[in-house]
Amino acid sequence: MESSTEQARNVMQSPRSPSSQPYLSASVTDPVKLGNGVQAYISYRVITKTNLPEYQGPEKIVIRRYSDFVWLRDRLFDKYKGVFVPPLPEKSAVEKFRFSAEFIEMRRAALDIFVNRIASHPELKQSEDLRTFLQADEETMERFRFQETGIFNKKPADFMQMFRDVQSKVSDAVLGKEKPVEETTPEYEKLKHYIFELENHLAEAQKHAYRLVKRHRELGQSLLDFGKAVKLLGACEGEPTGKLFSDLGTKSELVSIKLQKEAQQVLMNFEEPLKDYVRYVQSIKATIAERATAFKQHCELAETTKLKEINLDKLMLTRSDKVGEAEIEYREMKAESEEATIRFERIVKRMNEEIVRFQEQKTEEMGVAFHQFAKGQARLANGIADAWRALLPKLEAASSA
Amino acid sequence: MMGSENDDEAHLHASTEDMENLFLRDDKSNSDPLSPHPITVATPADSDPLSASPQSKPNGGDSRSYIEPPSYADVIFSPFDDNSEINGSDDTHSSDYSLSRSPSSSVSSDYIKITVSSPQKEQETSTSMLSGGGTYITYLIATRTNLPDYGGGSEFSVRRRFRDVVTLADRLAESYRGFCIPPRPDKSVVESQVMQKQEFVEQRRVALEKYLRRLVAHPVIRSSDEVKVFLRVEGKLPLQASADVASRMLDGAVKLPRQLFGEGGGVEPARGGRDLLRLFKELRQSVSNDWGGSKPAVVEEDRDFVEKKEKMHDLEQQIINASQQAETLVKAQQEMGATMGELGLAFIKLTKFENEEAVFNSQRARANDMKNLATAAVKASRFYRELNSQTVKHLDTLHDYLGLMMAVQGAFADRSSALLTVQTLLSELSSLEGRAEKLEAASSKVFGGDKSRIKKIEEIKETIRNTENAKNVAIKEYERIKENNWSEVERLDRERRADFLSMMKGFVVNQVGYAEKIASVWTKAAEETSQYDRESS
Repeated sequence: MESSTEQARNVMQSPRSPSSQPYLSASVTDPVKLGNGVQAYISYRVITKTNLPEYQGPEKIVIRRYSDFVWLRDRLFDKYKGVFVPPLPEKSAVEKFRFSAEFIEMRRAALDIFVNRIASHPELKQSEDLRTFLQADEETMERFRFQETGIFNKKPADFMQMFRDVQSKVSDAVLGKEKPVEETTPEYEKLKHYIFELENHLAEAQKHAYRLVKRHRELGQSLLDFGKAVKLLGACEGEPTGKLFSDLGTKSELVSIKLQKEAQQVLMNFEEPLKDYVRYVQSIKATIAERATAFKQHCELAETTKLKEINLDKLMLTRSDKVGEAEIEYREMKAESEEATIRFERIVKRMNEEIVRFQEQKTEEMGVAFHQFAKGQARLANGIADAWRALLPKLEAASSA
Repeated sequence: MMGSENDDEAHLHASTEDMENLFLRDDKSNSDPLSPHPITVATPADSDPLSASPQSKPNGGDSRSYIEPPSYADVIFSPFDDNSEINGSDDTHSSDYSLSRSPSSSVSSDYIKITVSSPQKEQETSTSMLSGGGTYITYLIATRTNLPDYGGGSEFSVRRRFRDVVTLADRLAESYRGFCIPPRPDKSVVESQVMQKQEFVEQRRVALEKYLRRLVAHPVIRSSDEVKVFLRVEGKLPLQASADVASRMLDGAVKLPRQLFGEGGGVEPARGGRDLLRLFKELRQSVSNDWGGSKPAVVEEDRDFVEKKEKMHDLEQQIINASQQAETLVKAQQEMGATMGELGLAFIKLTKFENEEAVFNSQRARANDMKNLATAAVKASRFYRELNSQTVKHLDTLHDYLGLMMAVQGAFADRSSALLTVQTLLSELSSLEGRAEKLEAASSKVFGGDKSRIKKIEEIKETIRNTENAKNVAIKEYERIKENNWSEVERLDRERRADFLSMMKGFVVNQVGYAEKIASVWTKAAEETSQYDRESS
């Protein structure tokens, strides 16, 4: 029973659908280590397949690195406030780990999911920044990336905003409004509480999932060592015990391999999706913060506008010559206030839609993860049972002899 | 000891189990956690393990027995064990748990069961200056047996203190040279000061029980006077402690059994002043053997014995190694079960949370999926823990054999020391004869005889005769010990083979059985989430 978003996504994703249907899909592949020493990094091939007119042709391949993905995310976060921008895998803290095969693969998979989620999101997929990311040549991309860092890149509008923030803080103080302005509708409160609690629960589940991966590996290792020890013991014994020990040891080593394999599966197909879930919730928290900021602005600008209006009326009554100026200020402030309100309301609307999408998406993705996990565990257990069972006939025969 | 961990673990999980219980009880209505899964092992027709197991009761019945993981003590009956010596409902901690020996070591109708229990403090009553009015612990040692040696079917019990056990062990070592006598528990003075008194007493009680059970498992020693007296005679133990300080201090000293005193009694054990002299001679001999350069410590002529000894040493090393790896394996299995359980719990919490906070149907669906996963994880975790307590029981055989290998070493040491005695006497003999020759040669040069020399020669010849006798006795003893060695090693090899076989079988049967159970739990969870099956992977 697919939801409408799933159907849409499937249509978008499939390059095999008839060319009349619009599609856009991307894949992140072939991680390659470039550079030396401290400046070494991993680059990825990003392959885009699409029939959308905005794109340069049916297929395009570009080379991107992690910071390019970060750029894309930051831009989307900035421009599409209210949307739950898909999360990125973390920057690695530990130097040693940064280039391990496991880490690289986990990151590649996560980046692949990241791009595809954007490509299938109704609003985000139309983003110009996405197009840049998927198509621009490497030099252009690098330029874009450098532009976004540091204070030198703040646009004039941003400076005005900062100024106004200071202003409103001053007026707050003047007006004795020390309390932070916060949205407090019951539904929104519930949502915020839900998100914050959810993060805690998910983090715990993810922690145990990660430990479970380790346990698989540890059990595998101990069986390997046990197998070896038992084989050596068998070498000291006469028959039939000696041969039986040797067989036992071999089986033990075999079971050990199965466990190591499953450990990898659990990591990629169960623990990583849980980690992704946690990241998603953290991304939502960031959106919540944005909404709070927008709300604050909307409130404050409304207040300021009101003050300006009062001031204007006063001036009009006294027929001051400052009326003209004040009127202009008032209109400007009103316009800004209306913009702020629109921005805020857009965030609210988006978030309402996003929440529905998010819940459905997560149910689907978690369902898949659970199913794969259960299948994997069943497969492992059956494999283990089969392996040991093969020894029983010989053991039986030796016992009754 | 591998087994003790499970008890602690049971406590740790007490609170989490409450949650698990609540959760699983709700789930009982629509799930049969232990649908009898066909085991492909050929079990005896009269014991269907699944129906007999206390743990596979149907849902409607006593669900508590399923939910509570078995503590190590309760697991006497393994659902998957093909052991013919199953002791059904004997649930108490101190019930008979003998090594799962094969039929070779016990005839079906003979039995002797020993339990050690109820430690209690007693006051020193003697006025001896050594003890000085302190306290000591006694243990109740109860025996149930139908061995004819003990007078048919009977039960009896005595109180003994640890010192009595030391005495018993020492007397057995003296009487049964060449035998593989199980080593007694350590005196462990340091531990008794470091540990809590209770812990120490309990540890000692367990060790004593194990030791006594091993003793009576030995076909010869179980019928010895020493053991009989120890087990039956109430009051003060009527065995003399070896006052033989000198010989106890110096290993390799001669300790001849009492029986030999009757036989031409020429050789007394090296005791007292004169015997210290012999002791030192023997030491010197063994040292000269040692430092003879190319000569081994004791000149052992028997190639087979040397080989056997080396083989035993190798075997011991490998048993040590395997025992260590077994312990690591048990820990890893335990951790797996614990983490799986924690994962299940985390998802139980998530399920509750999503259900409480649900605004959308997608949340309710997810909560349901999580519930299925959590249920499977919790059940699997239980199975891992059960599997582990069974594994401990089986792999413990390795640990037990470490003790027995020490017994073998003891037997071999007896042989070496007997040989050392023979060699000492031989070299004494040859040096005496040398002196006699010299004296005779010197005396014959003196015309008319040399009264003092002649007297000396007489004395030496007397000593030679005595030493000759002693040598013959020592050789007989040596031969006897060799015999004992050989038959003991044979017996041990046979029993060890059988025990190891039984261990392997038990281990494997358990692995198979529990893997199947775990598989069925996860298969069910996979079915419940089958709508999420995407074949793309």
